[in-house]
Amino acid sequence: MTQIRDFSGGVHPAENKHVSTGQPIQTAGVPGQLVLPLQQHIGEPAEPAVAIGDRVLKGQIIADVSQGMGVPVHAPTSGVIVSIGDQPVPHPSGMVDKCIVLNPDGKDEWCERYPTSDYRSLDRDQVLGIIKSAGISGMGGAGFPTNIKLKPPRDRKVDTLILNGAECEPYITADDMTMRERASEVVAGLKIMAWLLRPERCVIGIEDNKPEAATALRKATQGTQIEIAVIPTKYPSGGEKQLIQILTGMEVPSGGIPADIGVMCQNVGTAVAVAQAVFEGSPLISRIVTVTGEAVEKPGNFDVLLGTPVEYLLEQASLQPSRASRLVLGGPMMGYTLTTTAVPIIKTSNCIIAATANELPAPPPEQACIRCGQCAEVCPMELLPQQLFWHAKATEFEKAEHLNLFDCIECGACSYVCPSSIPLVQYYRYAKGEIRVQRAEQVKADRARERFEARQDRLEREQQEKELRRKERARAAAEAQAQKQANAEKAVASGEAVDERAAKSVLVEQALARKKASTEASHAKAAAPAKPAQEKPDIDALEKQFSQAQAKLETMQTMLEDAKAQQADNVEKLERAVAKNHDRVKQAEDTLADARKTLAAEPQPTK
Amino acid sequence: MWTGIVIAVLALLGLALVFGALLGFASERFRVEGNPLVEQIDALLPQTQCGQCGFPGCRPYAESIADGDAINRCPPGGESTIIALADLLDIEPQPLDAEHGQEQAKRVAVIREDECIGCTKCIQACPVDAILGAAKHMHTVIESECTGCDLCVEPCPVDCIDMITIEPDIRGWIWSQPAPGIIATDRQEANS
Repeated sequence: MTQIRDFSGGVHPAENKHVSTGQPIQTAGVPGQLVLPLQQHIGEPAEPAVAIGDRVLKGQIIADVSQGMGVPVHAPTSGVIVSIGDQPVPHPSGMVDKCIVLNPDGKDEWCERYPTSDYRSLDRDQVLGIIKSAGISGMGGAGFPTNIKLKPPRDRKVDTLILNGAECEPYITADDMTMRERASEVVAGLKIMAWLLRPERCVIGIEDNKPEAATALRKATQGTQIEIAVIPTKYPSGGEKQLIQILTGMEVPSGGIPADIGVMCQNVGTAVAVAQAVFEGSPLISRIVTVTGEAVEKPGNFDVLLGTPVEYLLEQASLQPSRASRLVLGGPMMGYTLTTTAVPIIKTSNCIIAATANELPAPPPEQACIRCGQCAEVCPMELLPQQLFWHAKATEFEKAEHLNLFDCIECGACSYVCPSSIPLVQYYRYAKGEIRVQRAEQVKADRARERFEARQDRLEREQQEKELRRKERARAAAEAQAQKQANAEKAVASGEAVDERAAKSVLVEQALARKKASTEASHAKAAAPAKPAQEKPDIDALEKQFSQAQAKLETMQTMLEDAKAQQADNVEKLERAVAKNHDRVKQAEDTLADARKTLAAEPQPTK
Repeated sequence: MWTGIVIAVLALLGLALVFGALLGFASERFRVEGNPLVEQIDALLPQTQCGQCGFPGCRPYAESIADGDAINRCPPGGESTIIALADLLDIEPQPLDAEHGQEQAKRVAVIREDECIGCTKCIQACPVDAILGAAKHMHTVIESECTGCDLCVEPCPVDCIDMITIEPDIRGWIWSQPAPGIIATDRQEANS
């Protein structure tokens, strides 16, 4: 017999479970349109794998996850994809998210399925792959992808596998009915999970307000080592951490996961989904949803295709719109009010309460905290709800965090007992959200700082390198200049060309100087007031010019020949220079001839 | 009597010397490089690197605050940053200096890519290297790294950069603080 322990705190709200256990699970049928959100669980949203207008078969993957934590989404029935876009989804914000909308064609035609009769012959990773591709995520509430949960880190050996059938929240009976009617599938799923994890102990925890479920499971587990633990009814015994404490006496460390203490908790609905995925090859395309509350005429549990609008489901249970004052998704303790009935049922939706005004009245106005301390007495996590409330209200989030705000499981027991009707849980959720936002901002700011500093470093480095290169260039230029100067001086001093280039440069310099002198001279000549009478051409000077030009041409030609012989790179330039000199010699010759002619033609004035 | 006074004076002198030496040694041995306050201030600034405070980046402003500059010049940080800084420096929080800009919702730069001429001017302006691209090729903003500092908008010669306000989506949504309710007696009064 399993030893049953207690956890501190807890409350006993009115159960109201009998309302929906009167009749067996019914099939809700196929609605006119199915809306399938791409994100139905914790982790990454899936990417659409179909296009608008595609015909899909029942069980076909319509959105898949390529990377990150997530599971695919399947078509719950055969039909045509009519749109992919934002639709209202079940979320406390009441916001829209990306969904695939499917119009069923009524044929309900299955795609090819691959059932496995003997999973033990497969590799464990293969079975995990089947679970992943079946799109199974935890069906108890949080919706953690099951394949990831079933593969704890290597150093975390799971000794105890707990199947959570406590279902402690009032009104909800989905797990109760699942255990009653599908006990064999529950046990089969548990066996698969046990084979994957190889625990020493397998326990199914059931609250004592579900004797039928316990009986059914006892029958189904006969001859196995699976323990059935019937635990006293107390909210929130179905909380993962509380159930672990009840069944093992161990506490999950703050900020840790059950695998840290060698325990794993799975929901009974998840076990059924795993069994169906392995033995039938059917993906997770439907789930059991409790539709209850005084505003529906035929409350009960329905086997609902995922994506079924809440509106359609409420019709199946004969909703009386005039009586309904509030629609709650989930239980009355932890659920949230729906603002529209257009939202679909997703993998984590377990209950819809259509409550009358009397049943779930609007919360009375918040009053001042009278420090009665009842909240601390009922807190199952042994926190200080009052202190957390003060700090959250004063936006002193650090202090709230210091008092282990993040250990709060948001069960709502404190709000339930609060005589001042303070919405305590909302304060905690608000504080948690703000802290998460601040953390994300801090991470982003740190990264921005890193990038900024890296950029500054890079710019500085580049600047330095540039400076260095500039200096290097300046130094090289100065050196070359000095070298040239020295060579030239040496050449001039020794009178011979030590270095051909230097010699040439000296020559060029000399030529330049001469040219300058000559232009200056010609300028001076032009500037000098020209005598009205034409000056006698100076034959001697012209002759001298001519002979000079000729001499220059000759030197040039010898230089050119030298250069040609040595195949120097300045041959071309020299050739050009020689040609120019040729012209000049010719010009000088012409001028000389002209001068002689004028001289001959002119009458001799004095002689 | 004199001996007593001499002994006391010597003893005190000796103690003073010993502790002086100890303090001197400690100040050398455990010297902290730079001003640790600057680090703490820098950690509180939003690291937008927008320069709206008049300093070229968050760190220079942090240094200036450590030297006694006003703490209300950071529009991206807004009120929460001012309060955090006031808390750290133990001074009175001041309202945001409107001269340096208004507190705005978080924004992100987006390049209209078909209009981009590939001039690289925005790349050079981005303080956190969040713009990707090469000369004469289209540029794009790495959205996750963009701090929304605005600095790339001005240099763009074809005005193809938009600052888009980040709309709250379902993944970034958080619960809001419960509205302060009025107590029953007040409500009766309000109704009557």
